[in-house]
Amino acid sequence: MTKKILTVDDSKTMRQMLEVALTSAGFEVVQAGDGVEGLETLENTTPDVIVTDINMPRMDGFGFIEGVRTNERHRAIPILVLTTESDAEKKERARRAGATGWIVKPFDPAKLVSAIKRVSA
Amino acid sequence: MDHLEAIKQTFFQECEEQLAELESGLLAIENGNHDPEIINAVFRAVHSIKGGAAAFGYDELVEFVHVFETTLDLLRSEQLKPTPAVTKVLLHSSDVLSDLIHSVRNETPTDSQKVASAKAGLEAVCGEQQGAAPASRGAAAPPEESEEIDFKPISISLDDIFGADEEVEDRARRFSIFFRPKPTLYARANEAIRIIREIKALGETEISCDLTDLPLLTELDAEGAYFAWTISLQTEAEASEIEQIFEFVAADCDYTIEEQRVPFDEEPEAAPPTQPLSDDIAQVMPPASDFTAAPPPPPPTEPPPPGGKPPASEPSPASAPHQPTQETIRVDLDKIDRLVNLVGELVINQAVLSQRVSEAGLPRGSSVMIGLEELEQLTRDIQDSVMAIRAQPVKPIFQRMSRIVREVAAITKKAVRLVVDGEGTEVDKTVIERLTDPLTHMVRNAVDHGIESPEERIASGKPEEGTLRLSAMHRSGRIIIEVTDDGAGINRARVREIAIRKGLIPENAVLSDEETDGLIFLPGFSTNTTASSISGRGVGMDVVKRAIQALGGRISISSRQGSGSTFSMSLPLTLAVLDGMVVNVAGQILVLPLTAVIETLQPRTGNIHSLGSGVRVIGNRSSFIPLIDVGMILSYRFQEIDPTTQVALLVESESGEKCALLVDAIQGQRQVVIKSLESNYGKVPGIAAATILGDGRVALIVDVDAVLSLSRGDYHMSEAAMEAF
Repeated sequence: MTKKILTVDDSKTMRQMLEVALTSAGFEVVQAGDGVEGLETLENTTPDVIVTDINMPRMDGFGFIEGVRTNERHRAIPILVLTTESDAEKKERARRAGATGWIVKPFDPAKLVSAIKRVSA
Repeated sequence: MDHLEAIKQTFFQECEEQLAELESGLLAIENGNHDPEIINAVFRAVHSIKGGAAAFGYDELVEFVHVFETTLDLLRSEQLKPTPAVTKVLLHSSDVLSDLIHSVRNETPTDSQKVASAKAGLEAVCGEQQGAAPASRGAAAPPEESEEIDFKPISISLDDIFGADEEVEDRARRFSIFFRPKPTLYARANEAIRIIREIKALGETEISCDLTDLPLLTELDAEGAYFAWTISLQTEAEASEIEQIFEFVAADCDYTIEEQRVPFDEEPEAAPPTQPLSDDIAQVMPPASDFTAAPPPPPPTEPPPPGGKPPASEPSPASAPHQPTQETIRVDLDKIDRLVNLVGELVINQAVLSQRVSEAGLPRGSSVMIGLEELEQLTRDIQDSVMAIRAQPVKPIFQRMSRIVREVAAITKKAVRLVVDGEGTEVDKTVIERLTDPLTHMVRNAVDHGIESPEERIASGKPEEGTLRLSAMHRSGRIIIEVTDDGAGINRARVREIAIRKGLIPENAVLSDEETDGLIFLPGFSTNTTASSISGRGVGMDVVKRAIQALGGRISISSRQGSGSTFSMSLPLTLAVLDGMVVNVAGQILVLPLTAVIETLQPRTGNIHSLGSGVRVIGNRSSFIPLIDVGMILSYRFQEIDPTTQVALLVESESGEKCALLVDAIQGQRQVVIKSLESNYGKVPGIAAATILGDGRVALIVDVDAVLSLSRGDYHMSEAAMEAF
């Protein structure tokens, strides 16, 4: 069955890249522009994996991850965080918020797909 | 990959938006608004640009943005104060960033010196902060930066890993892996089984499950983690590859990876008693002999029952305040143009239908009439909505002006503060686009010539810093844009002197203050002696005026000696609809752009004079204005008729030339939908476009400038008549 990935990123460029990379890897892609929209999207759809950015307006990645983890229906969805490699501190914060794993920016499709495969059942 | 080009386009479009966000944020900060949200937004903008730039490998851009981002990060974490000096550096950097993005986009060489100096400026700001607070994290220090900049994607090819178990030969090694998850591992949606599966994928495995920690069912916490595994792996893979599997869970489990140097063929018996593991969780259950507790517990990896007790299941407070989102989509302008066009057709069609129905003599209250009225209402709503699609706030263009102000102020060594009003005022996109040049010119002028040098200002008792106010507002269906400076005002004596010297006005001309100010709009007027490289008030003001008039707008000045000038532009909200004066000429209906019409005159025998070769002029307030018979010019008739039976419309061309157009009668004013004549039929001299009237007839829209030049070609208007103005 096609896996559904929810991507949460405020940058259109990044969303478009994610979409191209993920659809060409055979995933179904749902997108949201920030944490608030991400949580709204989750009201109607249950993705297999979530990929989220950290720096976003309205609700950042940390808030979003916490939001997902405290939601009974979605707390078991793996969440990957898009991060810059140097951000060990952010990685740790994201992990504490409940992130499952991370993907290093700049964006590398192969790595993204492998990370998704790794965390999805 | 053709996707790449498309994404690049998106990236650059987004860069524009981010730059706008960045600049408006920085300006707000400059104006004393240190709201963390604004600082965050500024940081995000730069951060976003960096992300995209890195993905496309724009190294120079990444390098600069990185330094910028680092500085903003310090600002964000309040290690750096947004002092005026700091915001100045940041604003300058945003200008440089904008240039840099432009160069990258257009593949033109970058001004590396400018970039380097901006970078140095940023680093200096960071450095100062470091000196001031050495105890705080020195993240901004250059050494770490250079490392950080160097980040490269590390791609793991899973295929290689999966392919590894094909040949297990002498290179095969044996690892003993111990793995005990903590409850947090499951809480973060990781699964032990995935880790085990990945290990299995590396080679041949034998797995045993340790259940000693498994409590009695009554004591079992569904959210707990009770299993541990020992995995014996025979693989060609390196220890680092196994380590990598634990990348995401390293902190949420205890694990060890030990390499065992055991010859390949000896091992199977030597391995500890194992239980083969399948992907099916149920089968992870150990054989009864391994049990220390009696009843088999539910598998811990099972999701907890819905509605479970943990406090964590309460709705997230973070998701509670749902602000309404402004969602947007990007649409090709072509598509909208087509829609506007179609709506124009609809409006016309509706008017035609209305007229036909009323001609058919149907009674007022008939259902057809009622339906028609509803249609009319609907059509009007659609028209408004479609026009609103193209409407955009003037904010981006106003923002661009802040950069112009900074640049010109820097060159002229003046202190100028830009104050912006009504930047949310919306106007049609085409109007905005064509407004940039004239507005830029006026803003440059205002800083260069309007506002005095700091010394002069202090001498005349004004604050050292000049203020330039840019405002936009809607007024009776038009947009008014004003550029106001608190400078010295227009020096009328000087303007007059120049105009006389250039032969624009006779030496003895009696002019009001307004008329004198208006002289700067005349082509050929220039206060050249004071004009700098940036601008000259007067230089090109005729160009500004023409650009505004081409937009169907008007421009006016009000100036007070010593306290500044205001340039006011009144523009239509859209170019798709025109305010027209509908007139009759030789049985035809024509439309004149209302913006060109100054006043209407009733020609009387006494004030019409013939000059030389058949040129007629009409006297109007101490000047003589050439009189043009529109019917003759457009060849509707070949015989002049008595002007006293006609109406004269005093019009002004884009170049400021005045003349009186003779028409048979005025029908009234009306908004008309502009239809291109050129693309539908062909170019017609003297005609700008066409429109369709309610009765379905086509009416031509007169091009006033073209009519004037046509008349010149025909009549060879005398110089005397021209200068009569």
